[in-house]
Amino acid sequence: MSAANGRATVDVEGLSISYLRRRQPLRVIEDLTFSIRPGEAYGLVGESGCGKSTVAMALMRYLPQNAVVDAGRVTFAGDDLLGADGATLRRWRGSRMAMVYQDPASALNPSMRVGAQISEVYRQHRGMDGAAASKEAEAMLGKVRITDPGRILGRYPHELSGGQQQRVMIAMALSTDPELLVLDEPTTGLDATVEAEVLDLVEQLRSDFDTSILFISHNLGVVRRVCERVGVLYAGRLIEEGPSDELLREPRHPYTLGLLRCVPRRGMRKDALRLEPIPGSLPPLGADLPGCVYASRCPIARERCHVEPPPPYDTGDGRISRCHYHDEVPTIPPGEQQITPPPPSDGATLLKVEDLVKTYGTSGNSMQAVAGVSFEVRQGEVFGLVGESGSGKTSLARCLSGLVDASSGRATFEDHLDISAAEHRRNAELRRKLQMIFQNPDTSLNPRHSVRRILGRALLLLAGVKNRRERERRSLELASSVRLEPRHLQVRPSALSGGLKQRVAIARAFAGEPALVLCDEPVSALDVSVQAAILNLLLDVQAERKVSYLFISHDLNVVRYLADSIGVMYLGQLVDVGPARAVFDPPHHPYTEALVSAMTTLEDSGGSRPRIKLGGPMPSPSDPPSGCRFHTRCPRFLGDICRDEAPPWQRDGEGHQYRCHIRPGELSGLQRANGASPDEPQAATRRDHPPKENGRQG
Amino acid sequence: MGRFLLRRLWLSAITLLLVSVVLFVVAEVLPGDVGRTILGPFATNAQVAQLNQELGLDRPLPVRYADWLGNFVTGDWGQSFLLNTPVRSLVVERMVNSLLLGAFALAFIVPVSIGLGVLAALYRDRFIDRAISVTGLSLIALPEFVVGVIVLVIFAVELGWFPVSSQVPSANPVDVFRQFLMPSIPLMLVLFGYIARMARAGTVEALGSDYVRTAVLKGLSRRALIWRHVLRNALLPTISVVSVQVGYLFGGLVVIETLFNYPGIGKLLLDSAVGHDLPVLEASVLVVAVLYMLSNLVADSLYAVLNPRIRVGR
Repeated sequence: MSAANGRATVDVEGLSISYLRRRQPLRVIEDLTFSIRPGEAYGLVGESGCGKSTVAMALMRYLPQNAVVDAGRVTFAGDDLLGADGATLRRWRGSRMAMVYQDPASALNPSMRVGAQISEVYRQHRGMDGAAASKEAEAMLGKVRITDPGRILGRYPHELSGGQQQRVMIAMALSTDPELLVLDEPTTGLDATVEAEVLDLVEQLRSDFDTSILFISHNLGVVRRVCERVGVLYAGRLIEEGPSDELLREPRHPYTLGLLRCVPRRGMRKDALRLEPIPGSLPPLGADLPGCVYASRCPIARERCHVEPPPPYDTGDGRISRCHYHDEVPTIPPGEQQITPPPPSDGATLLKVEDLVKTYGTSGNSMQAVAGVSFEVRQGEVFGLVGESGSGKTSLARCLSGLVDASSGRATFEDHLDISAAEHRRNAELRRKLQMIFQNPDTSLNPRHSVRRILGRALLLLAGVKNRRERERRSLELASSVRLEPRHLQVRPSALSGGLKQRVAIARAFAGEPALVLCDEPVSALDVSVQAAILNLLLDVQAERKVSYLFISHDLNVVRYLADSIGVMYLGQLVDVGPARAVFDPPHHPYTEALVSAMTTLEDSGGSRPRIKLGGPMPSPSDPPSGCRFHTRCPRFLGDICRDEAPPWQRDGEGHQYRCHIRPGELSGLQRANGASPDEPQAATRRDHPPKENGRQG
Repeated sequence: MGRFLLRRLWLSAITLLLVSVVLFVVAEVLPGDVGRTILGPFATNAQVAQLNQELGLDRPLPVRYADWLGNFVTGDWGQSFLLNTPVRSLVVERMVNSLLLGAFALAFIVPVSIGLGVLAALYRDRFIDRAISVTGLSLIALPEFVVGVIVLVIFAVELGWFPVSSQVPSANPVDVFRQFLMPSIPLMLVLFGYIARMARAGTVEALGSDYVRTAVLKGLSRRALIWRHVLRNALLPTISVVSVQVGYLFGGLVVIETLFNYPGIGKLLLDSAVGHDLPVLEASVLVVAVLYMLSNLVADSLYAVLNPRIRVGR
């Protein structure tokens, strides 16, 4: 695929970039050298703040005004990029180089139809008139596998789903068959199933278009799927580079290894293996680091590492590592294996939800966000709740936490407390015992209060600690239980990093010795190394205090690692619920199967198992499909029975039950049948009508 | 869109009803007695009482309100206490005069303010931006009556270029300028500051948005970029500001019309309030309220047309 002899599409040599802050230059990219060959996909990974996006913007020559290129050379297809003038850039951008962004909803002009936005490129660069450009745009939308491109052309961005929006962005970027395509976290805001679709599309398009790709992501699994070569950025330095399979299988830099050990892998469970967060934190921007940038966090760092910057060592097979002791990396032992005790299997029922319904809107225009959900959470267990966005997970959590009233149904806490009523009708005991941790600690902690005041207030309100000195003592205790230092108490949340803020949020929730904590995507906004630390912390606190978690997440890797029981939601209904192993290994419900298949993992690079594709977007909850709600997208669609009859609960022992017409054991038979013909994964199961491509009709 | 309009009209009707209640009650508690104001200090108490009875002012408040509202809705706005002419023709005529003046000021200043605001945003933090922003802010701080007096003294009294007292102009454009330019300058100067600031803020925000980055990286020319991607999104907030300023404009008209002795609704409002001419006062305020509603409705509809996200019930 990569033409070794041709000249590189992008050649970056010794690039250094600084940002001016109060007239002080702060170095963000240091001596960066890499190149992307024609037709090659090059992945750039790293955590937030490592300079990934700066590199992307430098390649598009769209750096912010306070950025200064201090040194280096960038050529684009042999031409000098950094010295190109405005007219040249306008000719290149959109025509020879294009970009796809993280958040397609904000990257598309909200007041322009998407057709006009795509055809604009043809009009600008190909000199076409409106009609011809529009025709090309329609053809291009077809190439990114959008259903009914003609209709999509006339839509505004907000009328499209996230996946469709990103397809439109990709269509726009590829419309002129550019030589370079920069993808900046293109799937980060999307659901796992949509992410899988978009990645499939990128893979397919690579064979249709001979485009070089710079793929920027924090997700190692995603990069491994898409890219041939990968570079790892840390604090603005490229610390390791090489073919992606080899590099991620056997890293030669301690940081890469650290990143890999942070992520829960397939089959990894909390009772067998502990995640290993990377100690310490990223050096501050512009810090003066005489030696290796990673030395302060490195498990094998020596005297030399702190004084002598490592050169790019060639470690063979086209691999480079900036580590003095790269030979030792494969032998770094895993950290201490503290194993979390399994939950008491006979724990009493803590939370019992029966047929809970939450309807929004008036009778004429109502939307059932939660449509009759029943499940139980036992004492001391982690109950994982998964599903795509729009499945009703968050609405359910809002009902349980008392932010909104349930429309009908019951939720009982500790056998006697009714919690289907909203917060203001709850008593102090319930408030104390049921706490929440939210996804975004930036917005859930009061920005004007110091951490001391946040914890103090929680102790006053939840634990009823009236004595000021006692509160101070307990605040310190709480802080240390979430591994916060006493100095962190002085500052406001804005002075803390994302991980530290989330620790404060956890400490706050635990002020009143809760029995159940609702965690709504608590680690989704965090970098992987921080995520590992927070997950470990949640488990440690749980072991100490015997608390239960209702853990909501779209990240199946995390839920699989953490949860004892799992509930899978689809369109407001719980479709699959039971012990984690029974739900996932192997999946029994086709929706669970699709979710599992959409997971990007580090272990296998696809190939061996066919991906289960879901047809089209999720139908609107205001008008759910008849029969089985999943039938419009189900890859295992059986026929009329799915359309006409609500499926029964199937039980297969171990407390596992799921809502489907396919009986226990049947699905694995279907999976084997598919394995025989991986090209047409759905053919074997189509007994009647093919699944509809699009759930929403008209 | 139809449903959206219907809903808005319904809400406007309720608001107007509330305005009329408040207005009626407030007018009642104004100090002074209608009969006494009309007849003067030398009339006997019996004469005053008789006149009040003839005018129906001795009846209880809710009865008078219902009566007045019923008549108002059916088009009978009553007689002016002071001028003894039908209220409706009087108010409508004055309203039209004021609208002419207001429209002149708006037609002039809205495009200029938006243009300069956008220009300031495009040259953000450069001299031209500073000049426009500082000028706008300074002008907001100057009240109409100050500016009004100044222009009156300089251009009408000292230089004699314009009449001291403005009249309703003839259809001749020269006359329109001659009569309207002076009174509209104070109004325009205040509006300029607000509108230009909003236009600038909206444009700055649009320029920093992700979709403009997308457009730049599509390789569009600067002109296409600004016209197609920046302006439409940037001017949405400005539209709501303009509509709010239309209401503000009526407040300004009271001052300006009095100062320039222009026969508009503002002057009528003041005269009727001072003279206890309740039918005229109530009708004038209600008409101003109706116009204010209408301008908001137009602005919201325009907003909905320009912003596909809030178009309800396609």
